[in-house]
Amino acid sequence: MVAIDFDKYARGQRLRWWAMRFVVYGLLIAWAIVCMFPLFWTVSTSFKTAADVMKGNLVPWLDFTPSWLGWRSLGLSPDTVFNVSTVREEFMRRLWNSVIMSVAASALAVILGSLAAYGLSRFSYKFGYMRNSDISFFFLSQLIMPPVVLALPFLVLYKELALLDTYVGMIAVYTLMVLPIVIWIMRDQFATVPVELEEAALVDGLSIWGAFLRIIVPLVLPGMVAAFILSMILCWNEYFFAALLTSTNTNTLPVMIASQTGSQGINWWSMAALSTAGILPLVFVGVILEKHIIAGMTAGAVK
Amino acid sequence: MTTIERDLLHTVETDSISAGRHFWGRAALSLSTLWLAASFVLQAAYVSGWITFGFDNWRPVLYAYVLWAIVLCVSRVVLYGEAGKKALFVLPAALFVVAMVVFPLLFALWVGFSDWNLASLTGRKFNGLDNLRRMLSDPFYANALVNMVLYSLAIAVEYAIAFGLALLLSQDIAARKFWRVTFLVPLMLSPVAVSWMVGKSMLETRFGPIARLARWLGWENPSFFGDPLTARLSIMIMDAWTFIPFMMIMLLAGLQALNREVLEAAEVDGATKWQRFWQVIFPLMLPVSVTAVMIRVIFKLKLADIIITVTAGGPGGATDSVTSFIYREYRDRSNVGYGTLLAIIYLIIIVVGMTMLLKVSDRIVRRMTGRL
Repeated sequence: MVAIDFDKYARGQRLRWWAMRFVVYGLLIAWAIVCMFPLFWTVSTSFKTAADVMKGNLVPWLDFTPSWLGWRSLGLSPDTVFNVSTVREEFMRRLWNSVIMSVAASALAVILGSLAAYGLSRFSYKFGYMRNSDISFFFLSQLIMPPVVLALPFLVLYKELALLDTYVGMIAVYTLMVLPIVIWIMRDQFATVPVELEEAALVDGLSIWGAFLRIIVPLVLPGMVAAFILSMILCWNEYFFAALLTSTNTNTLPVMIASQTGSQGINWWSMAALSTAGILPLVFVGVILEKHIIAGMTAGAVK
Repeated sequence: MTTIERDLLHTVETDSISAGRHFWGRAALSLSTLWLAASFVLQAAYVSGWITFGFDNWRPVLYAYVLWAIVLCVSRVVLYGEAGKKALFVLPAALFVVAMVVFPLLFALWVGFSDWNLASLTGRKFNGLDNLRRMLSDPFYANALVNMVLYSLAIAVEYAIAFGLALLLSQDIAARKFWRVTFLVPLMLSPVAVSWMVGKSMLETRFGPIARLARWLGWENPSFFGDPLTARLSIMIMDAWTFIPFMMIMLLAGLQALNREVLEAAEVDGATKWQRFWQVIFPLMLPVSVTAVMIRVIFKLKLADIIITVTAGGPGGATDSVTSFIYREYRDRSNVGYGTLLAIIYLIIIVVGMTMLLKVSDRIVRRMTGRL
C-alpha cells in the first residue's frame, strides 16, 4: 500500500488556489486601471494649472493643488457659476442639442423599430416580391452601411431641402443610424413572448393593436429600455454626421469638443473640463443602467 | 399585401369593405400620389430652368412625400380593414428607411459620376467615368483601403483580449458587478473626447503620462504619431480600448449560457484546464464569437472619429481610414462627386467582403461544432 500524505496534497492545492486568486485579481486590477486611468486623467487635468499640466503631475493634493481653472474657463466653477458667461451659454446650448437629438432620435427609433419588429415576428407580409425574411434583411442590412456612403448625398439633399443644421434633419439621420440595432434587439424580445398571450387577448375582444399596446408592450418594456439606452449612447457620441451636417445652430457636444483649438495652443485644463462635462452624463447613465445596456448588447447573440 | 394563412397570430376577418369606402380609399391614395409626382416634376422642371415658377427649395416635395406616406398607411386600413392594420406595423419603418436610404443611395449614384463642387456656382457637371479613373490612380485611397484591412486584422487581438477578460469575469470573483461596470466604462465615452484626452493629452510627447512611462521604460524619444507604423498602432490601440468591452460583454453572456453539464463532464473525464478550454469551451463559444466579431468588423469599418480628431490622417495620410479620407477630401476641396464615388466603391467592397466572410465563418463554425 502506498501511503498518501493528504496534508501535503491539500497544502499544495491551497497554494495553487491562492496563486490563482492572486493572478485573477492582479489581472482584474490591471485592466481596471487601463479602463479608468484615462477617465481619471481627464477629470484630474480639468483641475490643473498650466504648470501642473506641463510637469505631468498626477496625484491631486500630493503632486499639485487642485484649482478651478478649467471649470472657470467653462463658467462652471463655484465662483463663476452665477455670473454671466458666454462660454457656459455656448456649452449649455450644445449640451441641450445633444440631449434633444439623442432622446428624440432614440425614442423615434424605438417606436418605429418595435412596431416593425413586432409585425415581422407575428404576421407574414408580402410587399411585392419581398417576404418577411427579405424585409428583415432589408432592415438589418442597414447596419453594415458605413455612414460615409450616405453622408455626402445627405449633405446635398439636405441643402436642397433646407434641412441642413436643423433638429428635424439631424434627428432623422440619427434615427436611421440606430433603427437596425433597435429592430435587432426588439426582434429577439418579441420572439420570447408566446403568441398565446395575444390569442387570449383577441378572444377577449381586443384588436391586434389593442393587444399589442396593452399586453405586449408592458411585457417587452425592459427590452425597449435597453434599446433606448443603447441608441442614446450611440447618438450622444456620434461625431461624423454632426460635423458634416450641422453648423452654428444644432452643433452637438462632440463637435464643440473637437473644435477647441485656440490660437496659442491648446488649453488643456479647459479642454479637460469640457471633455469631462461631455463624458460624465453618459458614465452616470452607464453605471446606473448597466444591466439594461448589457441586456441590449447581448440580445440575439446568445441563443 | 398580406397573406393571412401563414400568420403566426391568426385573426378572424369580420368586416366587409363597402364599395364607397373602397372608392374613397383609392381616390385619396391616387390623389396624394399624383400630388407627390406633380410636385416633384414641377420642382425638377423649375430647377433645370424649363419653367419660371417653382419653390425656393425642395421642401414642398418632402411634405408631399410625408403626406403620401400617411395617406398610404391610412388607406391600408380603409381598403383592407383588419389585414391593413397588420401592414401598419411595418409600413412606417419601411417608408422611413426607403426615404432615408434607398433614395439617397440612388441619388449617390447620380452624384458619384459628376464633378460637383458645392462651393462654386457652376453646379453639377456630369463627367462620366473620370472619377473612377481618378480613383484608380489615387494612391491615398488605395492606402486607406489597405489601412482598413490592417485595422480589421487588429480585431483578432481585440478578440483574444476580450475573451480573456470574459473568462476572468466568469471566474468565481468577489464584486463581479463592480468589475463589469468598470470594464464597461470605455464603451460609454465619446470617441471625440477620448481622442482628445487620450490621443492628444496622454500621448503628448512632453508631458503625457504614457510618454513618460515609455521614457521610463527606455524609449528615448517617444512619439506615437511620428512614423506610419506606430501611428497606425496607436490608432488601433485607442479604438480597441473603446470597443473591447463590447466584445467582452457578448462573450461573457455566451460563457454564462454554456451548458454546465458538458463542462463538468469534461472535468470528470480528467481533462486539464487547457484541454477543457480548447476542446470544449472554445468550440462551444464559436457561434457567439462569430456574431461578436462580425458586429465588431461592421463597427470597425465605420472607424473615423478618432482618426479625424487625433491625426487628421497624418503622417502623410498613413493612418487614414476610408471614412476619414473621404471626409477630408470633402473638407479640403468640397467636391462631393469624387468623394461619393469613393464611398460607393467602398460600400460595394464591404458588401462583397462581408458576404464572403459570413460564408467562410459559417463553414468554419459548422466544421468545428460538427467535430465536437
